[in-house]
Amino acid sequence: MIALSVRDLSLAIGRTNIVDAISFDVAPGEVLALVGESGCGKSVTAQAIMRLLPAAIRQTGGEITLGATSLSNLPARAMRDLRGRQIAMIFQEPQSALDPLATVGNQIAEALRQPLAKVRAEVRQMLVEVGISDPDRRIDQHPFELSGGMCQRVMIAIALIARPAVLIADEPTTALDVTIQAQILALLRRLAAERQTAVVLITHDMGVVADIADRVAVMYAGRVAETGPTAAVFATPAHPYTALLLASIPRLSDVPKSALAVIDGQVPQPADYGAGCRFAGRCPRADRRCVAETPALRPVADGRLVACFHPVGG
Amino acid sequence: MPELKSRLLQALIAIFGVLTIVFFIMRLSGDPTLLLVPDGATAEQIAALRHVLGFDRPLLVQYGAYLLDLARLDLGQSLVQHAPVAGIVAERIPYTMALAGGALLVALGVGLPAGLAMAVWRGTWLERALAGFVLAGQSLPTFWSGLLMILFFGVYLGWLPTSGSDDLASLVMPSVALGAITMSSFARMTRIAVLDELSRDYVAAGRARGLSYGAVILRHVLRNAAIPVVTIAALEVGNLLAGAVIVETVFAWPGIGQLAIQSIASRDFLVVQTIVLFVSMVYISMNLLADLAYGVIDPRIRRDR
Repeated sequence: MIALSVRDLSLAIGRTNIVDAISFDVAPGEVLALVGESGCGKSVTAQAIMRLLPAAIRQTGGEITLGATSLSNLPARAMRDLRGRQIAMIFQEPQSALDPLATVGNQIAEALRQPLAKVRAEVRQMLVEVGISDPDRRIDQHPFELSGGMCQRVMIAIALIARPAVLIADEPTTALDVTIQAQILALLRRLAAERQTAVVLITHDMGVVADIADRVAVMYAGRVAETGPTAAVFATPAHPYTALLLASIPRLSDVPKSALAVIDGQVPQPADYGAGCRFAGRCPRADRRCVAETPALRPVADGRLVACFHPVGG
Repeated sequence: MPELKSRLLQALIAIFGVLTIVFFIMRLSGDPTLLLVPDGATAEQIAALRHVLGFDRPLLVQYGAYLLDLARLDLGQSLVQHAPVAGIVAERIPYTMALAGGALLVALGVGLPAGLAMAVWRGTWLERALAGFVLAGQSLPTFWSGLLMILFFGVYLGWLPTSGSDDLASLVMPSVALGAITMSSFARMTRIAVLDELSRDYVAAGRARGLSYGAVILRHVLRNAAIPVVTIAALEVGNLLAGAVIVETVFAWPGIGQLAIQSIASRDFLVVQTIVLFVSMVYISMNLLADLAYGVIDPRIRRDR
């Protein structure tokens, strides 16, 4: 069963393609990490799924399906009814994603489309579920009275109270302390499993991916480079980009003060995308074919797909 | 509330400063004795009258006497009308209040929706049309737009009375003339404040939980945008009273603005000083009111107090 399916999604600013035919599926209760560097198109992919793209960005192709509903041609009104109920989202900066002048309880109740007075018990219960102590006091407080971690718990409460089938989490822990990060990830993991919510977790942090994701889709320059079960991708990365990315994570066993491993070169700008593999310019395994032709995603071992003519170990 | 106490003290100091400045500036223009004596009066007669009125005393002594009277809540006698100043000014105040109220109604009623619409429909023909309208309201001088309105609606169409203060109809044109500039300030301020809020994450987050764009604006954006607008609104009420001087003159509206002009011309010092005292008190209480309004709008400030 599939909760959310993205097929060949393409996005463009004007005539410049920024996301190029990406595809992925998420099953109920599963956490899929969409990982990549800044500018690789992961956040706009999230906005496209919510159909909340900035005016300058257009969807130029592809199909997004939520359960049995195709979102791409849904009337705006019907899409609005789905938001919060069938598909919800949490944001990078929890404190700025909450209205500073509205109480926590009122903002959670909005996701139920009911006045707080009517659903107070339900909202209170949700605060308990996201691990907020003293919910009777917190429910009437304003965001400035809460810590960043608590605000993110409130955002999760807003997102999950209507029991959506899909949750999009856009860098949900980037703005938080490391210790709080772990708590929030554990909370997301637990609630997704209990409620059978499909989670698309957007992040640039491989540590977060390893912590929480069942499967991972590695994005590079607007395309999916490699996708598969997290454990398999981490153990034997098939795409050269994934391999170099994992190799660049500093480890405690590294010689102190040794140079950090880096990937030479820079991510190409969308306007400079060529005909071939977008990683070819930085890839130690690239040849003439890589520059001329776009590699399609194809299956390799362990249920993985990789878009590379010369995969590592293959 | 210690906060309020210190604000009131500041207000008193500000009023005292304004009084002092006006007292000395009025005296720079000379004393009114010459305007009061009949033609052909001798130098001795003028000196005698000047002595009776007390204008031969050193300035500082006059200033001290004025402050003493004020402390006893005695605003003095008008030199020209030979009646208590308090009564002369008091009977004009309701007219100016009605005019300022009408102007504020025009300014808020047109300015806030115009500013909101310019922000929400940014980059459309509607924004450009409204921007032109706002620019016109802001740049047409009141005395000129007032005269134009009198010509068109009063003389040519005959819809509205050209002057006077007989009924509500006669309040319409002066209110529009006076409110135009304030309306433009409100519109520009509202536009900026709303645009600023529309770019915030909570707008996207509100939509992500299923609120329509309109609902996000009504439930979240407006209240956040109100904070800077309230500040401007308070200051603009002061500007309305200043603008009333011109509008009341153009439309022969019997308020304190008109009285101020007449009293300056006849060097009726005490009347001018009393009007300035009144206007500065209104100005300062509006600011105080704005400060209190913040607390109502913004819970962060409420807690700090």
